Amino acid sequence: MRDRLWIFAGLTVFVAALTCPAWYALANGKATSNPPNLELPANQKECVAPAGIMRATHMQLLIGWREDVVRRADRRFVAFNGKVYEKSLTHTCLGCHNKERFCDRCHAYSGVSGPYCWNCHNDPQAVALSTTRSAP
Amino acid sequence: MKITRKDFLRLSGLSLLAAGCKQTVRPVTQSASAARAASSEPVRWGMVIDLGKCREKDGCNACIHACNAAHNIPQIANRAHEVKWIWTEPYAAVFPSVQPGFAPQRYAETLVPLLCNHCADPPCTRVCPTQAAWKRDDGIVMMDWHRCIGCRYCIAACPYGSRSFNWEDPRPSIATINSDFPTRTKGVVEKCNFCEERLARGLKPACVDACPQRVFTFGNLADLNSAPRQLLRERFAVQRKPELGTGPSVFYLV
Repeated sequence: MRDRLWIFAGLTVFVAALTCPAWYALANGKATSNPPNLELPANQKECVAPAGIMRATHMQLLIGWREDVVRRADRRFVAFNGKVYEKSLTHTCLGCHNKERFCDRCHAYSGVSGPYCWNCHNDPQAVALSTTRSAP
Repeated sequence: MKITRKDFLRLSGLSLLAAGCKQTVRPVTQSASAARAASSEPVRWGMVIDLGKCREKDGCNACIHACNAAHNIPQIANRAHEVKWIWTEPYAAVFPSVQPGFAPQRYAETLVPLLCNHCADPPCTRVCPTQAAWKRDDGIVMMDWHRCIGCRYCIAACPYGSRSFNWEDPRPSIATINSDFPTRTKGVVEKCNFCEERLARGLKPACVDACPQRVFTFGNLADLNSAPRQLLRERFAVQRKPELGTGPSVFYLV
């Protein structure tokens, strides 16, 4: 047990080295322990699926919608509560949600570097802003 | 486990019986599915373009502008990078094999509106390695830009030059973005989709609605009484390069 000091000193250095990126990011303000401040739609109480399911599987849902609309021309989505929605990122999702204050904030918080939806798909609110700005 | 002679014969007999049953059951199920397919009306979207009515010479490009605005088509000055869904070319270039040689010069210079022919047997879909281009049941040659890898085999295969490649990011070259329709990204091929997104809402293609002369007649070629079928019955129409056997769904009344 004479090596106790060395063992614990080594362990401390190891843990510090392992966690230093997190401390560094916290100190620089790049990361925060606070959850993201997501802006929920004001005009709607319900999403196309319960919040827990959307949080966990919205990416699979969106890919399914994409395949249905583009490849099978099936645009009708019947939700869990019987409501019918259009399978559309621009019309249905962004009809309620704000991309910057909802999608982007959570993706930034959870370190999701993608998705590349926005290389082609438009954020109608941003498009409306840019056209009013560029108008003389 | 050892199989006896008796068991072997019994198993063989049962297998033969099962195979025989399958043969008799299959025609029954097939006729049922065929009947189901026939009960839904067959659709093949097509278009008839009346060149006599088109006043391209007066500088009307309403169809082209409507399409550009609806589908976020970039206006790129460099012709090598140009993207086009509907465009015009002189008659002589569009119908090279229908040139009598003695026609008045103005005829050869008349501008003809061109778009994807949505062929009955499209060569572009055959060569696509990712099935990003395929033919829908309603005759539309559709593109899935999510799947396009930009190999441009389809551009080489299309005999009509209907396909364009995005050599650069198209967004800076789009004057006003229509947020209802996606833009494309650098590295994908695009072409006319017969306004598939408008057909889904029960509308006609943007070019058809925009034309002040009603040059375009759009409808279901599979329906004997549709407007394009009536025109094709009454008047002489030509297709582009019919000798290639692609079966274009776009017809021109000359």
